[in-house]
Amino acid sequence: MTGTDAITTAGLLKSFGPARALNGLDLVVGTGEVHGFLGPNGAGKSTTIRILLGLMRPDSGTARLLGGDPWAQTAELHRRLAYVPGDVTLWPNLSGGEAIDLLGRLRGGLDRRRRDELIERFDLDPRRKGRTYSKGNRQKVALVAALASDAELLILDEPTSGLDPLMEEVFRRTIREVRRGGDRTVLLSSHILSEVEALCDRVTIIRDGRTVESGSMAELRHLSRTSIDAELAGPPDGLAGLPGVHGLRADGGRVRFSVDAAALDEALRRLSTAGVRSLVSRPPTLEELFLRHYDRAHATEAAR
Amino acid sequence: MNAFAGTGRLILLVLRRDRVLLLLWVGFTCLVPVVFVAAFTGAYPTAEARQDYYETSVHTRAFTVAYGVLNGSGLGELVAWRSGFVTFMVGLFALLTVVRHTRAEEEAGRRELIGATAVSRHAGLAAPLIVTCGAGLVLGAASALALIGQGLPAAGSLALGLGFSLSVCVFGAIGAVTAQLTTGAGAARGIGVTVLGAALLLRGAGDVAAQSGSGPAWLSWLTPLGWAEALRPYSGERWEVLALAAVAVIALSALAVALSARRDLGNGLFQARLGRAGAAPGLRSPLALAWRLHRGPLVSRTVGLAVVGFVVGAMSQSLGNLMDNGGAAAREALARLGGPGTLVEQFQAPMMTMLGLVCAGFAIQAALLLRNEERDGRAEPLLATPVNRLRWAAGHFGFALLGPALGVLAFGASAGVAHGLNTGDVARELPRLLTAALVQLPVVWLFTGIAFALFGLRPRLVAGTFAVAMVSMLFGWVGGELRLDRWVINLSVFEHVPKLPGGDLTATPLLIMTAVAAALTAAGLVGFGRRDLPVP
Repeated sequence: MTGTDAITTAGLLKSFGPARALNGLDLVVGTGEVHGFLGPNGAGKSTTIRILLGLMRPDSGTARLLGGDPWAQTAELHRRLAYVPGDVTLWPNLSGGEAIDLLGRLRGGLDRRRRDELIERFDLDPRRKGRTYSKGNRQKVALVAALASDAELLILDEPTSGLDPLMEEVFRRTIREVRRGGDRTVLLSSHILSEVEALCDRVTIIRDGRTVESGSMAELRHLSRTSIDAELAGPPDGLAGLPGVHGLRADGGRVRFSVDAAALDEALRRLSTAGVRSLVSRPPTLEELFLRHYDRAHATEAAR
Repeated sequence: MNAFAGTGRLILLVLRRDRVLLLLWVGFTCLVPVVFVAAFTGAYPTAEARQDYYETSVHTRAFTVAYGVLNGSGLGELVAWRSGFVTFMVGLFALLTVVRHTRAEEEAGRRELIGATAVSRHAGLAAPLIVTCGAGLVLGAASALALIGQGLPAAGSLALGLGFSLSVCVFGAIGAVTAQLTTGAGAARGIGVTVLGAALLLRGAGDVAAQSGSGPAWLSWLTPLGWAEALRPYSGERWEVLALAAVAVIALSALAVALSARRDLGNGLFQARLGRAGAAPGLRSPLALAWRLHRGPLVSRTVGLAVVGFVVGAMSQSLGNLMDNGGAAAREALARLGGPGTLVEQFQAPMMTMLGLVCAGFAIQAALLLRNEERDGRAEPLLATPVNRLRWAAGHFGFALLGPALGVLAFGASAGVAHGLNTGDVARELPRLLTAALVQLPVVWLFTGIAFALFGLRPRLVAGTFAVAMVSMLFGWVGGELRLDRWVINLSVFEHVPKLPGGDLTATPLLIMTAVAAALTAAGLVGFGRRDLPVP
């Protein structure tokens, strides 16, 4: 736990009645980084965030936010952060513009010019009443309110749920700008892997309320495998027996497999020996990382 | 797929969601006439006593307005007459039930979820309507059976029961229509309740005309409440009225279906207006937001109470004159309704008790608004700003405290002015009735306190405060009718409020209630300061 970390939690435990939401969760987010907080629905992402916001208290474990205690120093810490909840509900009889301004003012003021620019960018009609917005539009209202602030920490809980692909791209562009600025920290909770992959410096993967993997994108990719899809002139001799090659499927002249980073060089050599007509290689995606971590859960589910 | 496919499944869903609520209001309501049978046979055992009671009551306009036309002095006629308010009550239940399962569902987005399944376009409207009408018929049958069990004539009992059913079905169908008009469930409820209120006023005016033999008695026929009465239970039943009601239910349902077919999901016949593009300069604090959320109901309730207060004040004096010519039985009848004092005061004092109950309801609703902010997820982004959670809750608490106080003031002041203008002595009546209204405040605040204690400690149960208020009221009200032991009646907090005007103004119960309310609120706020948020 250093002074330069924006968020540190250690061994968070939290139960709701008989259901255990957090089961020893560790999360470290360095200042200035965009940190992906990845897990399937119900993994405990929102509960962690609510503890960080001082809305809930953990049964045990510690949480530090911007160098303070989130439960005891709520108001002063909240001055320095902006939050987008996972499921945005608005006041039925307040317009979107009113909700944006209200939240901004409560946080201590918002950048008027930036607010208008974001409304324009997200293509939001601020005059419509809260009850008439679709889910995506409610999400936009919360995003504009948070992004128009100059808070040093942005906590975004599944911020793109309900946004169409076009708006998702707008969101990504905005987060990249934040990232380039370098002085703001973003905690981005998501179950959309490509989003985290595209935006984040570091990622923490959680499951059943526990941290299962944490590291920079480069470190995590290192643990993963490259997927190869190739069309060959002859039979792929010796590929099947090569250590580090997984899930080899040969269909006529076509082979598909995944390969550990360490065995990649040797595998490619064998392919070119056989004569390569076409080759598609995919870098390891978080998808695969993710599936590996949740394999067991999927297997037990499928067995049921 | 036919236009009503899936209705059966949705009926099961509505029944599953409302099983407790439906049982409660149907079960409770069918007992009301039975209670009156017991009350009348106990208090007026002989035909002469009932004739006495009849003769005074039939000339009391306040009674006519509240219960309807009294057709005769038979036990059945008296019971049917005193049960006259039931049609209003169940009409309200039916209206709210239908709106809750149609427009409220649509506003919450659950209609969309259901609509995407193999359920036809109109099933979402048909199912709650069928359940409500079914509940109305069960209520009618149960009431009729209960009365027959008490030895009353079968035909009259059936007519009384079917009168209840009729009101449930017609107002359920009216609810189905209002649910198509607006985009918000609140506005739909507002329109429905306005229709119901207008029906009550028209029926009251028509019945006064009918009972006094001059004036526009036909006004009652404009309302479903009047139809239930026109069935004339125990007094030469007129079954053909049921056909009129059936036609109305079918026509209103068809109208609702036609309106529903013409609009898109989420829209109403009245389009939502656009709001401001940015917030007004004043909207910058949790208190300003609380004012924005509370002001609509606050203003309409205060105005409503001022109007009702004026009517009560205006009719007090003429009521007193009538009663003075009435005789012993009338005095006795009124003595059981209120405290000691003159006849006018005996009318005003129970009105003040009703004021206390109504304002307690307003206080609970204000507290419930805070709870709904949390439950529906609007509190979370708010409390992720530097806003302190206690300050946020305290803003709403202020409205739960001062809103009802404003209502009580409006009622007392306008009743005092109206009554004073009649007696020619505003300087005397205004302070008297204002005081009588203001002594209701501690009991109102007691319910504010209960609601806030629950909000802090058991947030899922806040709505249960309504049940506490109703049960507390019933202990005093039914307890008096049944001549229960004093200690049972004393369980009702409303019984401990000084019976003003006319009774003694004792400060002790008021101070105790205020102190308990303060303690409950404090406990609630401490609990809220420590608990997790949001509790779904």
